[in-house]
Amino acid sequence: MAAAHPIALEGRSQPRGGRARRLAQQGAFYAVLIALGASLLYNIDRNLAERGLSLSFDFLARPAGFEIAIKAIDFSPRDTYAAAALVGIVNTLLVSALAIVTATIVGFTAGAMLLSSNPILARSTQAFTELIRNTPQLLQILFVYTVILRALPSARESLSLGGAVFLNVRGLFIPAILTDPAAMPRFGIAANEAAWLCLAGLIASLFLPLSRRWKTWLAGGLLAVLAGLLAAMLGGALKIETPVLRGFNFRGGVQVAPELVALWIGLAVYASGFIADMVRGAVLAVPKGQGEAAAALGLSPFLTLRLVKLPQALRILVPPLVSQYLNILKSSTLGLAIAYPEIMAVVAGTTLNQTGHAIETMLIVMLFFIGTNLTISYLINVYNRRVVLRGGL
Amino acid sequence: MTSLPPPVLRRSLAQRLRVLFATPMNAAITLAMIGLAAWLGPKLFVWAVSDATFLGSDRKACGDGACWIFIRIRMHDLMYGSYPTPETYRPDLCALALVALIGAAAWPGNPRRTEGLVALLLVYPLAALLFLRGGFAGLPVVETRLWGGLLLNFVLSFIAIVVSVPLGLLLAEGRRSSQPEIAAFCTGFIEIWRAAPIVTILFFGIVILPLMLPRGIDFNKFGCVAIALTLFSSAYMAEAIRGGLQALPAGQHEAALSLSLKPWQARLLVVWPQALRLSIPAIVTNAIDLFKDTSLVTIVGLFDLLGSLQQAIKDPQWLGLAAEGYVFVAGVFLAICSVLSFLARRLERELAVDRHR
Repeated sequence: MAAAHPIALEGRSQPRGGRARRLAQQGAFYAVLIALGASLLYNIDRNLAERGLSLSFDFLARPAGFEIAIKAIDFSPRDTYAAAALVGIVNTLLVSALAIVTATIVGFTAGAMLLSSNPILARSTQAFTELIRNTPQLLQILFVYTVILRALPSARESLSLGGAVFLNVRGLFIPAILTDPAAMPRFGIAANEAAWLCLAGLIASLFLPLSRRWKTWLAGGLLAVLAGLLAAMLGGALKIETPVLRGFNFRGGVQVAPELVALWIGLAVYASGFIADMVRGAVLAVPKGQGEAAAALGLSPFLTLRLVKLPQALRILVPPLVSQYLNILKSSTLGLAIAYPEIMAVVAGTTLNQTGHAIETMLIVMLFFIGTNLTISYLINVYNRRVVLRGGL
Repeated sequence: MTSLPPPVLRRSLAQRLRVLFATPMNAAITLAMIGLAAWLGPKLFVWAVSDATFLGSDRKACGDGACWIFIRIRMHDLMYGSYPTPETYRPDLCALALVALIGAAAWPGNPRRTEGLVALLLVYPLAALLFLRGGFAGLPVVETRLWGGLLLNFVLSFIAIVVSVPLGLLLAEGRRSSQPEIAAFCTGFIEIWRAAPIVTILFFGIVILPLMLPRGIDFNKFGCVAIALTLFSSAYMAEAIRGGLQALPAGQHEAALSLSLKPWQARLLVVWPQALRLSIPAIVTNAIDLFKDTSLVTIVGLFDLLGSLQQAIKDPQWLGLAAEGYVFVAGVFLAICSVLSFLARRLERELAVDRHR
């Protein structure tokens, strides 16, 4: 099969028949497509008319009139449906970002454990990943939400980390980074989240076996953001507020609602089960000589994995890893089942129920997901062209 | 040239145990894992078995451990939903037939394996659906809206898988078509369904789909969800089968044409059977994922296994027993999915051996 085949062009089947036949086929295709589309539109039009509805996005500018319990940006019932949708989108992105960072860390760790020379560790990790991969994700999220989080202690007996982070039955309490309300009234919560995401991203990027150049850029950028925050803090525009127990609950700080915690854990754990297996497969695909050469140079097994095998495995690993990240984004819609207000719950749930605009709300949700998917697919193609092909493993 | 197989290294038990303490790190890990098992294992055993209550008929019989009575009393809902009790022999018979057919299709020694596969994929689904619905030969009709529990998971995933494989084959061929319009249409269709979350697709099924249907055609929730899941699954099957089509050497198609087979004959008799065979592992993986995903119909208000459980744990008589319920449902899914993945792995090995022969 070495010689280029004269007929096979990119594995596609060849056009057959004469020009007339080809035109006829095209004509038939368009005729079927137009007939199908027209009948669908006709049906939708008639069905909507029967229900007294019309296609229009005007409702987006009307006040929503409902409160959203968990929000990362300011929102009140007087704001519009469009603003509510934005809150949902931000919530989706927030929980996805948290879960992606966590799943990467847990997944790579579990992947390394799967590769451990200690059979007890490797086998028990394998049993755990099999359990995760072979049960429905919704079940895991509901289990975390209704069983594990309910079993947490009350506020008075919170699990505490250094007196600044508290976990109890009412959720996770972390210190807040507050802006001076006089200076930036609207971005209070957003600045806080940005700071926390930067911190998490910094930790995650140091953990990832990216190439040194990438890592320098990432870490540098994040450090710059943190330095900016620190400077603002010293200048008095920002201050840190730790949660304090007052009576039966905590005051101050940021309360991460149990719904967010449950969805975050559920999404992260499920994805990390798959990531662990991918890491294992990708590392095993690295030629055996690489590991042996590293061992011959006196590197410990951990350093061999960290410095020799993982960086090479990453070339195979990145495309499936990104599709896992997209899966996390898509699965965040499961928040609907535990009342976490992500885009589906806000737009296709409450907004649809209140306004009845089924087609418009579903279009908004679909456009959001198709848009993010296409963007990320494009980025991954760029990455593939730049890294995977040039390397020539 | 003959070659010897590589020598088999046999290690004694002592040598194997030595690995556990080979380095200080390994010793520490081993001790930590043993410690964890010694701490967690007995606790779990006490909760699930020794302190658990299996017999009895109400909440008062339960002690400190797990209350498995709850599962036993709710078993009908969890397995069949609202399917009438005197008729449950029908799903039971269908399940038995399914196990027998999967066994016949997966057992390598079976001389009639192809026939088993055809029966499983073409005859069984229709026969089982008709039998479950009834309405002939003295069988009372059981409406689809009464179907629930694990039965619903099986029915929905079976419908979706059986219909989506041929649909996926057509979409995959369409995506590879030399006609740009057809290729663009199929690519768009596949990518849109793959970009959307399954929850969105289920909503599409119960909210948008009824709006698209002409007057007089009216599906209930079960039908809408089944159609939505089928379309969703066909996009994933298309990608799985496209992998198989791409892996098949182009020479197969050309050889078939040079034997003066007509193009459709070449596809039907030469290309598709081989490509489908190559894509079986990916198809089975998709099928397992779909089976797990059918539990999401809970969100749109159908009562599958998980949905029936969600209802059961809200029963005021049995509050606070969520843990038992989730453990049971997880066990059921784990058992079914593990068996299917085991079969898939064996099939994959078998196909790999066939290919290298």
